[in-house]
Amino acid sequence: MTPSPSPAEASAAPGPRETTEGAVYTVTGGDWDEIATAAAASDDERLIVNMGPQHPSTHGVLRLILEIDGETVTEARCGIGYLHTGIEKNLEYRTWTQGTTFVTRMDYLTPFFNETAYCLAVEKLLGITDQVPDRATVIRVMLMELNRLSSHLVAIATGGMELGATTIMIYGFRDRELVLDLYELITGLRMNHAYIRPGGLAQDLPPGAVDQVRAFVKKMRKNLPEYDKLASGNPVFKGRMEGIGHLDLAGCLATGATGPILRAAGLPHDLRKTQPYCGYETYDFEVPTADTCDAYGRFLIRLEEMRQSLRIVEQCLDRLEPGPVMVADKKIAWPAQLALGPDGLGNSLDHIKKIMGTSMEALIHHFKLVTEGFRVPPGQAYAAVESPKGELGVHAVSDGGTRPYRVHFRDPSFTNLQAMAAMCEGGQVADVIVAVASIDPVMGGVDR
Amino acid sequence: MSEQDDPNAPGQNVPAQRDDTGDLIATRRGMFGAAGGGDTSGYGGLVRTVRLPGASSRPYGGWFDEVADELEGALEEQGLVPATVIDKTVVDRDELTFHIEREYLPVVARTLRDDPALRFELCTGVSAVHFPDDKGRELHAVYHLRSLTHNRLIRVEVSAPDADPHIPSVVDVYPTNDWHEREAYDFFGLVFDGHPALTRIMMPDDWQGFPQRKDYPLGGIPVEYKGAQIPAPDQRRSYS
Repeated sequence: MTPSPSPAEASAAPGPRETTEGAVYTVTGGDWDEIATAAAASDDERLIVNMGPQHPSTHGVLRLILEIDGETVTEARCGIGYLHTGIEKNLEYRTWTQGTTFVTRMDYLTPFFNETAYCLAVEKLLGITDQVPDRATVIRVMLMELNRLSSHLVAIATGGMELGATTIMIYGFRDRELVLDLYELITGLRMNHAYIRPGGLAQDLPPGAVDQVRAFVKKMRKNLPEYDKLASGNPVFKGRMEGIGHLDLAGCLATGATGPILRAAGLPHDLRKTQPYCGYETYDFEVPTADTCDAYGRFLIRLEEMRQSLRIVEQCLDRLEPGPVMVADKKIAWPAQLALGPDGLGNSLDHIKKIMGTSMEALIHHFKLVTEGFRVPPGQAYAAVESPKGELGVHAVSDGGTRPYRVHFRDPSFTNLQAMAAMCEGGQVADVIVAVASIDPVMGGVDR
Repeated sequence: MSEQDDPNAPGQNVPAQRDDTGDLIATRRGMFGAAGGGDTSGYGGLVRTVRLPGASSRPYGGWFDEVADELEGALEEQGLVPATVIDKTVVDRDELTFHIEREYLPVVARTLRDDPALRFELCTGVSAVHFPDDKGRELHAVYHLRSLTHNRLIRVEVSAPDADPHIPSVVDVYPTNDWHEREAYDFFGLVFDGHPALTRIMMPDDWQGFPQRKDYPLGGIPVEYKGAQIPAPDQRRSYS
């Protein structure tokens, strides 16, 4: 919008004076009172405000473009792509097994969901879904549920921080650290694990892991009520959250929003119940819903889901039976167990001794499997898991080669973020932060 | 080596195809990704055809037949001939795929969403795939539709040639596809006609080319590791 220049503006900005050196613009003080009066009279207080991409309350490199009339947001748009790293393209140049190393970095707060969804798709393509050992599946479920805890803890922690509730932030990251310690114990890394592999897991649980997880569940059961005490009934907290970021069921389905956003609109849609994978139909847990359609409902759902996750983790621990954690097919499973060596985690020395010293064929097989990888029959498959943010879908296409032909991630953050405009327009600027926090977008997943 | 064993002669020394059924989408020659040099490996004569699962015939099994019947019936009610709308129906790995002629995509999407017996309310977006050797059908757009009412998932696939990369947009049926179609345009150059604002979404606005097409290089530089030069990922040996 370009309003026609008023006389006041014309006098404040005199035309250029031509000299031998070029045009010279003289800017003088002018009569700003006149300009201010004219601006006030024009009744055009519309402002376009850019929030981000570097802004502490936009959850990473998210750029919000807000059109503001006074304190009211009249239009809201997202600018994304600042964290695009071309993971889907990169996957096409690595083996199927190496793929997990990439996908774990997509939504970096839900690495085990990315890995599991990818591996489920690859296993579907291979036709070995039924052959994945029970122990591997149970450990996958356990890690996913622990991951749901850590992801929801970050959502609640950062969401609280953006409201100025820094205590929630401290609590959330304190408890998330406990989960990360478990990851480190089990996979060796706090993030970017690449622990779940097509056909099973990279390695078995280390000694003592079960006890540590049990101790964590016990501790977490004590810590979780603190969030209720601190926030759930807190009138200030409720005042900021209730009725904010409203999106009803029709809006959710139209914008494709899933996860806590959909469940806060009252629909108990959870892929773990409706389209069970990894044996979720055998676990006893509930799908919490709310009918408030707002940020507060999503907060309550996340809290309740953490309680349910603890239940599932306990059931996983109870049904862990000794056994293999990788499919028996030696054309898919890497032959070596890993062991901690002087230069980090690597193939066990026993295995190296065997292939270097006694079995030429084993050496060749190992070399071919690791460098070339296994072939996946041509076709396409779609596997979806219920990540903490919603439906995480993987569309994997194989051309029969040793590398993925195409892998597309339907990341819930990407889809849910589209609902931002519907949630924010017509509301206050300060509520934009609350609404975006309730979507819980992670830009690593949005941009991939 | 006698002439009979000439690896370049067709039909010689070629491993039998595991499966000769399905739709041919590409033919690969040689191995190790070597091109433009002498064939020092001896594997240069290998020929491998790439075949994706082809059309299935009835019965499809389970609820697949019901969905196919309902869709065909609903199309007939609208005065359309199902055989011209649905190119083929593929059942593979317990998944049902309808290949739709691209001009009918909006009406099929609307039917799938609105028909009470179908009710695919939730679209999980569009994923594009580039098959440069599948002449006339180079670009595929793949939609996964989920029915919350009936608890089902189907796949709808549409193809467009590289020379005319246009596919009708389904944003007015599934608003969620807004960003997904922008993403497919950004990475594959698929033009979704009727999209409200088809602009790049991930790449910078002034980017040239469509990065996830197969002819677009990955890029990268060689790196040194323990004294050896490791070539860039797209220059490494590949097993076609």
